[in-house]
Amino acid sequence: MSQATYVGYEMLRTVRNRRFLLFSLGFPLVMFLLVAGSNRDVSDFAGTGISFPLYYMVGMVSWGSMAAVVAGGSRIAAERQVGWTRQLRLTPLPARTYLGGKVATGYALALLSILVLYSAGMAYGVRLPAGSWVRMTLLILVGLVPFAVLGIWLGHALSVDAMGPALGGLTAILALLGGAWGPLTGSSGWLHDLSELLPSYWLTQAAHTAFTGDAWPLKAWLVVAVWTVVLARLAWGAYRRDNQR
Amino acid sequence: MTTQDTAPAFSVRGLCKSYGETVAVDGVDLTVAQGEVVALLGPNGAGKSTTIDAVLGLSAPDAGEVQVLGTSPAAAVAQGRVGAMLQTGGLIDHIKVGELVRMMASLYPHPLDVDDVLDRVGIRDLVDRRASALSGGQTQRVRFALALVSDPDLLVLDEPTVALDVEARHEFWSVMRGLAAQGRTVLFATHYLEEADAFADRIVLMAYGRIVADGPATEIKAVVGLRHVRATLPDVPLDALSALPGVALAHRTGEAIALECSSSDDALRALLAAYPAARDIEVTGAGLEQAFRMLTGLDSRQEARA
Repeated sequence: MSQATYVGYEMLRTVRNRRFLLFSLGFPLVMFLLVAGSNRDVSDFAGTGISFPLYYMVGMVSWGSMAAVVAGGSRIAAERQVGWTRQLRLTPLPARTYLGGKVATGYALALLSILVLYSAGMAYGVRLPAGSWVRMTLLILVGLVPFAVLGIWLGHALSVDAMGPALGGLTAILALLGGAWGPLTGSSGWLHDLSELLPSYWLTQAAHTAFTGDAWPLKAWLVVAVWTVVLARLAWGAYRRDNQR
Repeated sequence: MTTQDTAPAFSVRGLCKSYGETVAVDGVDLTVAQGEVVALLGPNGAGKSTTIDAVLGLSAPDAGEVQVLGTSPAAAVAQGRVGAMLQTGGLIDHIKVGELVRMMASLYPHPLDVDDVLDRVGIRDLVDRRASALSGGQTQRVRFALALVSDPDLLVLDEPTVALDVEARHEFWSVMRGLAAQGRTVLFATHYLEEADAFADRIVLMAYGRIVADGPATEIKAVVGLRHVRATLPDVPLDALSALPGVALAHRTGEAIALECSSSDDALRALLAAYPAARDIEVTGAGLEQAFRMLTGLDSRQEARA
């Protein structure tokens, strides 16, 4: 009995899903190359004290990795639709391994997306001390937790038909309000206040942390923790509703 | 197989389940001993799938108790002792058939040899095909392999031959016979009397959410195998026709008569001997559903409900 074998096949399935892989990795990369390419020489972007390529690299990393982990869980919807989850419930596979497999594939894809964008960033002159790369990456991985849970919730709550627009719209809004596509500093106070309550904001702020050496403030940890707990409750409710027919 | 285990393969007591206003199962009691091959026979909507879902722990009953192999359905499933093929269900994408069977085998404590299962079910030639790109019949065979690969003590099949053509059906049941011969308990749902008769030792008849008959296949077959004799025969009173040997009930529509027969052979002989004028004679098997209604007097109950 090996749950590692199961998760291994889940990874294989993700890698084989070429179009999914291409779009997940491709969109943030292309946007980065286009937008950062034309602003390569901006060393202090919009008063943030960060070079444009670094700011935008982390923005695209936030967006791309966020979309990747949400998509991991959202694939549950397709497996529910064909009745596969019911079939799995007739095996000894624990629910935590099933859900964990989706999170693991989402994180694997997110890491791939992160590496691709780091490489592109370095090609555009982004230079950071090794410690900063590591700290930034670890913070991003922590910041992705609520999004992984969000994916599992959506995978149980939505149908396959609704998933495409829901994922596209939701990740776009979260990325935009989180400042992944550009800072919201010019916006009115309430919008900035709102964005600080979003986990996507702190994902983007991982860059600041890397650059300035400041740790995430307590608020960041609280926002990530509260979102994780709330989304986990919603996901658990949707999971139970789906299983108790 | 745990041969010393003497608990029933499963037992269901007082099972009730409704979906909204619809009563799917209305007080089912059923105990199946290990090693039995049991057919759950009934028309669509009889409550077969609901009963099966409860045995598998897929749905929580409104009332009643279910035990599987001496424990709860969930525990029996977690121990890998139950294999099932549900009525509907597709396969996942981005995985080959051989990999899918291997993946499922890896979840069980004592799976069968995967290659052996592929051969037995006859899907060896499909191993490199994508699981999501198979025909209905091929998908059904792969699902059968997935149910088998765990080497289950209890194998549950909900209308397993629905997507299969005649030849594939034949093959399917011959594989099943081999498995049953090894002492496995098999519960399968069907609405074909022939399938139930050919394969099961015991047939449990369900209609309208209840068990209406339960016994050895031969016995049930005699009960359900009612036939109708139709003929054109004016001017003979229904009482006289009902009194003929082998006739249970007689109806008349104008000049046409219809006899519901417990033995169509006896009825036909008697009919022709007594009324040589009878013509346009036709003998047909009563549909399963019709037989249920007649047997159980559910016709009037249904009308009363409506």
